[in-house]
Amino acid sequence: MGVAEIFESMEYGPAPEDAGPAMAWLEGHGRAFGHWIGGAFTAAGETFDSRNPATGEVLAAVTQATQGDVDAAIAAARKAQPGWEKAGGAARARVLYALARLVQKQSRLFAVLETLDNGKPIRESRDIDVPLVARHFYYHAGMAQLMADELPDRRALGVCGQIVPWNFPLLMLAWKVAPALAMGNTVVLKPAEYTSLTALLFAELSREAGVPPGVLNVVTGDGAVGERIVAAEVDKIAFTGSTAVGRRIREATAGSGKALTLELGGKSPYVVFDDADLDSAVEGLVDAIWFNQGQVCCAGSRLLVQESVAEDFLARVRRRMDGLRLGDPLDKCIDVGAIVDPVQLDTIRGLVDGAPGEVYRADVAVPDAGCFYPPTLITGLSPADRLMQEEIFGPVLVSTTFRTPAEAVALANDTRYGLAATVWTENVNLALDVAPKLAAGVVWVNGTNLFDAAAGFGGVRESGFGREGGWEGLTAYTRSAADAPKLKAPQAASAPKAATVEGIDRTAKLYVGGKQARPDGGYSRAVWSGKGALLGHAGLANRKDVRNAVEAAEKAAAWGRTTGHLRAQILYYLAENLSARGPEVADRIAALTGAKGKEAEAEVAASVDRLFTWAAWADKHDGRAKGVPIRGVALAMNESVGVIGVFCPHEAPLLGLVATVAPAIAMGNRVVAVASEPFPLAATDLYQVLDTSDVPGGVVNILTGDHAELAPHLAGHLAVDAVWSFSGADISATVERESAGNLKRTWVNHGRGRDWTRTDADAFLAAATEVKTVWIPYGEG
Amino acid sequence: MATEPTPIRAAPAAPDDHARNPGLALDMDWIRGVQANTSAIERRAATLPGRRSVKKAWQAAWLLRAITLIDLTTLAGDDTPGRVRRLCAKARQPVRPDLLEAMGMGPITTGAVCVYHEMVETAVRALEGSGIPVAAVSTGFPAGLSPFRLRVAEIEESVKAGAAEIDIVISRRHVLTGDWSALYDEMRTFRAACGPAHVKAILATGELGTLRNVARASFVCMMAGADFIKTSTGKEGVNATLPVSLTMIRAIRAYEAATGVRVGYKPAGGISKAKDALTYMALMKDELGDPWLRPDLFRFGASSLLGDIERQLEHHVTGRYSAGYRHGMA
Repeated sequence: MGVAEIFESMEYGPAPEDAGPAMAWLEGHGRAFGHWIGGAFTAAGETFDSRNPATGEVLAAVTQATQGDVDAAIAAARKAQPGWEKAGGAARARVLYALARLVQKQSRLFAVLETLDNGKPIRESRDIDVPLVARHFYYHAGMAQLMADELPDRRALGVCGQIVPWNFPLLMLAWKVAPALAMGNTVVLKPAEYTSLTALLFAELSREAGVPPGVLNVVTGDGAVGERIVAAEVDKIAFTGSTAVGRRIREATAGSGKALTLELGGKSPYVVFDDADLDSAVEGLVDAIWFNQGQVCCAGSRLLVQESVAEDFLARVRRRMDGLRLGDPLDKCIDVGAIVDPVQLDTIRGLVDGAPGEVYRADVAVPDAGCFYPPTLITGLSPADRLMQEEIFGPVLVSTTFRTPAEAVALANDTRYGLAATVWTENVNLALDVAPKLAAGVVWVNGTNLFDAAAGFGGVRESGFGREGGWEGLTAYTRSAADAPKLKAPQAASAPKAATVEGIDRTAKLYVGGKQARPDGGYSRAVWSGKGALLGHAGLANRKDVRNAVEAAEKAAAWGRTTGHLRAQILYYLAENLSARGPEVADRIAALTGAKGKEAEAEVAASVDRLFTWAAWADKHDGRAKGVPIRGVALAMNESVGVIGVFCPHEAPLLGLVATVAPAIAMGNRVVAVASEPFPLAATDLYQVLDTSDVPGGVVNILTGDHAELAPHLAGHLAVDAVWSFSGADISATVERESAGNLKRTWVNHGRGRDWTRTDADAFLAAATEVKTVWIPYGEG
Repeated sequence: MATEPTPIRAAPAAPDDHARNPGLALDMDWIRGVQANTSAIERRAATLPGRRSVKKAWQAAWLLRAITLIDLTTLAGDDTPGRVRRLCAKARQPVRPDLLEAMGMGPITTGAVCVYHEMVETAVRALEGSGIPVAAVSTGFPAGLSPFRLRVAEIEESVKAGAAEIDIVISRRHVLTGDWSALYDEMRTFRAACGPAHVKAILATGELGTLRNVARASFVCMMAGADFIKTSTGKEGVNATLPVSLTMIRAIRAYEAATGVRVGYKPAGGISKAKDALTYMALMKDELGDPWLRPDLFRFGASSLLGDIERQLEHHVTGRYSAGYRHGMA
């Protein structure tokens, strides 16, 4: 087209980024790749094609890893790990710094290769992904440097298996690799089979940053390779991907002792209140659902707009959609690129075709060839519609309306997921009221899809667990430097041949919703002292009692909204009342466990002291204001997890209960505790203490009974948000496996003991809270 | 190829091409409901240059179009008739004919010439027959603090002298004190004084404090009948910026959606590079549509922009980076 014609038409023309250098890199490797193991490429084995989704062109042949390949990679990582950890944080910081610099120096090569392989617009890979990758390595270079001083009680986990998705291939690599290496771990990473190339380029360049051989290994292949990594001798699995696969990994690793973090799917709400800057909220949607073709786990894919402005807002959205430019991802003037693969394109089509509601497709030209799907808005849906609940993972926005802030929150939280949420309002009262109420790991106020290495990212509910980024992300790549003691699992005294029965019968029931309740099954167990005295009976709870206790705990949700100050007062009061009954409780412990009088008294004293400690913490587990590189603040707020099931240790029947329940309720959780299996009466004696200490009904529920019988029901309950087990019974695998149902958080002992005289505040605080990151950009003028 | 003897313009220059903005009664509910989230607007503005790119023939064509959108301006205390005549000659022939010919383009002109009142007659005479309108800055430009009666009279004098466009400055104090009806009345009076001449309302956004104020002032001026809203005099500390522009053109879009009336936009001050001009044009195209890429709805207030565009055009034609002295100065 001539200049004069364009002068009249004023169209955009092609503005392609040069693919030459990236193609030359591929050519330099004969367009065939093996794995990166022990600091070198292996020869290509049995390969599959990696294609450019915008054109269908084969970019390179990539090797499907065999069991032998995975074993070799794990062995290389295992061999390299002690040296890498011993090298020290300062040495690792220099390597991570060099990696950050390398990413910057080769930024365009990474961006172009990413766009070729993934189909995302070059603007995004160039301006968003790659700069964030560099930022992540810089940030974690700093974490390596500070580790010895700031995390003296933590050490590396060992070898980490990391499985990343295809939507942000290099960025997800950075999120996984940077903290792992910083903390002294070594890595076997598997990129998604659609998008292996930037990981291979990164691995090759890592030599130039001085990454020692074996510290970073990359194996390629499909889900079968992922399964091999999950099954391998690794110390940790970190996975980002679909909820379905995350659930399988949870089940597969149950009981293995492998640490696990899962960053899974979402159906994140995007809430627009009537006083929002509507044009900015529209533009935010472009960043929310038409960023990376909507193939973003935290995409604001569920629009909730206040009824009074809905018509106006949706009209603006449609107009904006028509202005999006769809096409060649390498073109510098393109907003929406290609869907990653024909399989994904079919999935999107399958979900949208025949959907109810009014479907609006952007009035844009869709290329004939390649994997393209137009930006789409579906209005008039209700929460009952499948598309309002299921993740589409494409450029498809679904929407409905709300009337009040309360209804907005209810609709926003009406989902199995809980990754991210967006709120638009000019009212600071409304924004700061709504943000904490949203079930999400990340909340953006008047913005969306803001990311930074300093700000934790991760979800709640079926969006997974664990955080990436920030100090909170480091717990996922470290463990306590202290070795866990051997597990003590005392057994209940068996019934004597000649029973001693004295005094008035005291019947301990279960404690549910602030009241004593007879066990549903109508069974009890006689509890004997070692000397053959009948100490009482303990109810045998069954699955229905679990159900009732969880229901009571759910009803006590208001506890999570109380102030730390109030919870502290109640915990102090509990301590006061327990102390008042100290001698009686000590006698009970002595009779139950056979402990000497002084030991039993010491356990009571320690329990009173522990209540004081958690009362102290109740109003002191402060969040952080993160120094993110925007004009604004990212608040890391420590929120309660919700309903926590606790299997108390067999040993230390009183202290074990107090040491686990007190931190949970101090942080605003409600608890269903299953008392020490052999010595349940130390817990039942607490009922009256709870009653007299103003603990609201349902905040603490106590069951007695068989841990192994109750474990699948409590861990499998879909309204329970976390389960901890310190039990002497072998239930760790059961708890982890059953937790997969709703992907609740678990903390189990894997047959290791715990020194109950230590508070271990860090571990309990971390387990008793979720870090919610609330991004609040600000500025006026 | 044969070139047209008479200059072509992207759109006819006559002032009454499209329906002028008749204005509305002052709608205070609308003004009070205006929202402008600064950080979100800044983020959108920051990504704009990375989202749009025009290359090769498209870049050349867009830059040629940019020239037709320029209000070629001199607003200096030392302006003389000779200086203004030189500027007008440049406005008639802003690009070397050999470059135009190489690109297959006929002659083009700038959008207008913009001067102080004293230079209007000189400019009108110098531009006779070219179809290039003369714009006069007015109403006590740049501060707008001379007696109101004189500010109105200044408009009338300039129109009488032949100015087809009047760039008025608003009283910033009305915005800063929230006296929207005073601003509305002032603008109404200015508009009436302009008669057939088009009126551009200079908001002096760098002195309004917040983007919310920029948005509110934009709406009030449009309600009072402004044909164009313009960012700056070029004399404030901060002149045209992308966030301010986004705020103002979103107001234009909302005004059109509510009334069907198209109001023009003129960023002024600080736009001196060809690349900046392309970013602004992409902003207009994406946010408002192609009609805002024509001089009846979009102008650049700029003095040094043309020089950079000329150099880029020579680079397009020759493949070599150009030098300033290879192009006739204004």
